[in-house]
Amino acid sequence: MAVDEKTYKVVGTQPVRHDGVDKVTGRAKYGVDASMPGMVWGKVLRSPHARARIKSIDTSRAETADGILAVTTGEDYPDTGPGDYMDERAIARNRVTYAGQAVAAVAAISAHEAEEALRLINVEYETLPPILDVQSAMAKDAPIILDELRTETSGSFGNSPTNIAKHIIHEEGDVEAGMAAADHVFERSYTTSMVHQGYIEPHNALAYWNPDGSLVVESSSQGHFGIRDDLSKVLDYPKSKIRVIPAEIGGGFGGKTTVYLEPLAAVLSRKSGRPVKMTMNRTEVLIGTGPASGAHTTICLGVTNAGEITAAKIELAFEAGGYPGSAVGAGCLCAIGPYGIKNFRIDGYDVIVNKPKSHAYRAPGAPQAEFGVDCLVDEICEALNMDPLEFRHLNATKQGDVRADGTKYHTIGNIETVEAAMATDHWKTSLGEGSATKRRGRGVGSGYWMNGGGKSSAVARLNEDGTVTLLEGSMDIGGTRTSTAMQLAETLGIAIDQVNPIVPDTDGIAFTGVTGGSRVTFATGWAAIEAAKDLQAQMVSGLSDYWDVSSDAIAVDQGAFSQNGTTITFQEAAAVLHDDGQEIVGKSTVEPSGAGNTFALHIADVEVDLETGKVDILRYTALQDAGTAIYPPYVEGQMEGGVAQGVGWALHEEYVYDEDGRMRNSSFLDYRMLTSLDIPMIETVIVEVPNPGHPYGVRGVGEVPLVPPLAAVANAISQAIGVRIRDLPASPHKVRAAIASSTQ
Amino acid sequence: MRAIQYAAPTTVDDAVALLAEHGENARILAGGTDLIVQVREDGRDTELFVDAKGIPELTDLTVSADGTTTLGAATPCYELYGNDNFCAAYPAIVDAARIIGSTGIQGRASVGGNLCNAGPAGDSIPALIVHSAICNVAGPNGRREIAVEDFCTAPGRNSLEAGEMLVSLTLPSPPPNSGTHYLRFIPRNEMDIAVVGAGAFLQLDGDSITAARIALGAVAPTPLFVQAAGEALIGQTAGEAAFAAAAEIARDTASPIDDMRGTVAHRKQLSYVLTQRALRGALAHAQGGTPSNGH
Ligand SMILES: Cc1cc2nc3c(=O)[nH]c(=O)nc-3n(C[C@H](O)[C@H](O)[C@H](O)COP(=O)(O)OP(=O)(O)OC[C@H]3O[C@@H](n4cnc5c(N)ncnc54)[C@H](O)[C@@H]3O)c2cc1C
Repeated sequence: MAVDEKTYKVVGTQPVRHDGVDKVTGRAKYGVDASMPGMVWGKVLRSPHARARIKSIDTSRAETADGILAVTTGEDYPDTGPGDYMDERAIARNRVTYAGQAVAAVAAISAHEAEEALRLINVEYETLPPILDVQSAMAKDAPIILDELRTETSGSFGNSPTNIAKHIIHEEGDVEAGMAAADHVFERSYTTSMVHQGYIEPHNALAYWNPDGSLVVESSSQGHFGIRDDLSKVLDYPKSKIRVIPAEIGGGFGGKTTVYLEPLAAVLSRKSGRPVKMTMNRTEVLIGTGPASGAHTTICLGVTNAGEITAAKIELAFEAGGYPGSAVGAGCLCAIGPYGIKNFRIDGYDVIVNKPKSHAYRAPGAPQAEFGVDCLVDEICEALNMDPLEFRHLNATKQGDVRADGTKYHTIGNIETVEAAMATDHWKTSLGEGSATKRRGRGVGSGYWMNGGGKSSAVARLNEDGTVTLLEGSMDIGGTRTSTAMQLAETLGIAIDQVNPIVPDTDGIAFTGVTGGSRVTFATGWAAIEAAKDLQAQMVSGLSDYWDVSSDAIAVDQGAFSQNGTTITFQEAAAVLHDDGQEIVGKSTVEPSGAGNTFALHIADVEVDLETGKVDILRYTALQDAGTAIYPPYVEGQMEGGVAQGVGWALHEEYVYDEDGRMRNSSFLDYRMLTSLDIPMIETVIVEVPNPGHPYGVRGVGEVPLVPPLAAVANAISQAIGVRIRDLPASPHKVRAAIASSTQ
Repeated sequence: MRAIQYAAPTTVDDAVALLAEHGENARILAGGTDLIVQVREDGRDTELFVDAKGIPELTDLTVSADGTTTLGAATPCYELYGNDNFCAAYPAIVDAARIIGSTGIQGRASVGGNLCNAGPAGDSIPALIVHSAICNVAGPNGRREIAVEDFCTAPGRNSLEAGEMLVSLTLPSPPPNSGTHYLRFIPRNEMDIAVVGAGAFLQLDGDSITAARIALGAVAPTPLFVQAAGEALIGQTAGEAAFAAAAEIARDTASPIDDMRGTVAHRKQLSYVLTQRALRGALAHAQGGTPSNGH
């Protein structure tokens, strides 16, 4: 469905992935596989209380226990100053703000001894009643969780204690006038629960110190430079003395872009003089890392009888967790993304509650923010008797429209995606009949995500046999070694199997930002393109010496070099240059903007068992603008993964708390992610409206597919049962209660 | 977690001797799909695993001349649904064996372990109740029998005394013109714990019900034998009206709690719906058909 029919040789094909063989044979080295002679094991003691003052920590018994080599508490870490709370987030000092927060850690000869020693640490807590939802935390006389906190609004700070860390405001046009121009004004509130990324591989870290005082850390993360920089901050240690070695990663989805175990392992290693290895179990992952915020949103839209949105008023309150920093900012930018609305006001609140400090999760903030908007749009379509795709087509954001932060959209594929949805077999096929006890519904959800640019580095080294070793700085989480190598191969005019992509450690390549924000294929791909151009230019210049002609006299076509009627292949050129004593290395660091916004649209068919409230997904189609799909099956994989996580978010996933603020479902038995039997084959449609801001037209693709499923599924259920679902997850007991309330 | 000893006796007497010697700190290991998970989570008191899988009496599946079946307590689920005669005779137990965990779990997990674990939501227990299973128990004072509906006493507690173990289950030969069915409600389609489970047994004389048993899971501290619901069906014509009346008794007898897996209202409703569905399945089976396996 390419709009721009460029002919590529490598881009758009499906070569064997470079990491494939190692992964299917089990040879790939994940963080948990890291090992060192003399290595010992670290374990973390976590707070059982959601909100408490730490009066004292007595570690004396643990220190002398069998096999124990070191114990660490918050006292061992420097004060990182106000703002991001990096110190307390690594390990508590004086207080805990959520159950599961690290309070102490030990290192022992064996993991079992370490676990046993944790029981010997005596922490005296003064517990306080926890605050577990944004509405209670924002209430007038709410108890204050972080005494020193003041609300930040556009860079200035309030002067009274609060649980609201940040208030964001975006305004455009004239909201009151827009609402006045509307024939109908709709306002509804929505809630979503805290959910976890659910990556299959738990966090891990191995840390050791060299005699020269340098620290080495091996862990699986979404960016070893980010881990290095976080470590430098938490330990107050120079970046140049920290080397982080990346491992293969078993999923991250945003959750592995900061340190958890790494600083504790580093300090335990310093104290014990041994390499220290730490791994989390699943419960620790759920209670002790950074899930996505639960949110409470209020959406108000004005529309004309013809279905044009005249104004929007949006309020988003996100659970930051125990420390500031939810994704509400991005939520504000995305909330009305799919809709070109001239008059709007968006208020976002970052709210402290006694839950784990939230962290990035795929299109951070967008699913929670867009869920309510897309549910309300569905309700409006029902009220106006309009087709939901026609409505989206009519109101679609277009080039030149303004985003919440004032940025103007360039070429975007929003309308194209809506039109592609209208053309699907799914949309054109009727839903089919249910039965006496089962009702069907079809729902639509839209998604917008801005995508990221950021800094990326690549080095391309020409080998004498004509292969190219590509060193690139991005941790490969979704197959980006191959999609980056493909862009290099396309640029050089060589075959993809002639490229060997490698992700070196932080000393082996220049700074590269985190693998997140759907930025790697875009930005690191671009770095590879530039490194390829550099390499090619050096080859030309080398050949001009060799042939003794000017560089201008050499033509490059499909990897071959010609001059004066002589043509040599890329391989021959490599050999010639090597024999001539030239070793050629191309390099580049880029920091491109223009990541190119991306839009998605999903269609979900559900069947609801009216007697039990169980929801089955009958059919599901996901569409999205990929710009240019470098490796189409990877794009489809991202779309399918987003659907599986988003449908789980819509139907089952939630952090369930007891009144003391302890998570009650901290295992995969009761934290329910979808299994393979819970979702049918997902139909995917890749729309390609090339991004003019990238040499090959790439837009990021990894995040936006998590956005539409929440509303698509909720809208489908609402249609099936005739009652609106505004509170996720739509678990069977809630759906059944909604059915019961409507039939009374 | 601390190091744990392991013993693999080959006779019931040796196993009982080990249990008697080590007291509460010894645990019978059948498939280990509950036990190992529990001990890893908090195994402070467990010192010895007594592996039951090496004792022939615990892994045998035998049918005697009168049609009575003896099911060794440690027999894994897959052996049940892999046995055509067992499938024909005890469909509700097979329904349960097929849904416990996954294929991998079923290669290890036993019905005896499911019963001894005494979870309110244990899937095989309502099925065993409707099949009128008898527990054969061995201990320091010899052997005794316990009706399966009396076996569980509280969540995670059963009526085994110190040093006792479950050897096998005796399953009466299914009467003619009878059928059973077990099903559960879970939010997803696999790998979930029952929000409610329901088992039913029906025996017919023509259209008329001559015997019936109903049992529910996950609606009380132990799996619940709803005797009144079964009795109310006797003499009735098998069909929707009678099933609805029995389902109402099941719903009223259920005394569930609100928890993260379900609310009281939802579990009551599910008790009603699932009892009807279990009865429909049992009826289909009694009439020679196969029940549909809808949730
Ligand atoms: C992933 C997963 C999914 C699961 N899904 C389900 C499910 O869907 N439904 C369900 O009901 N359960 C489920 N379970 C729980 C478990 O698999 C079942 O309860 C299983 O039947 C237990 O049998 P086992 O042979 O593994 O018992 P074990 O774990 O070996 O034993 C269980 C308990 O019974 C005791 N015990 C065992 N045998 C004897 C004996 N002969 N005498 C005295 N005591 C004994 C043990 O000491 C232990 O306390 C699941 C477990 C897992 C890990």
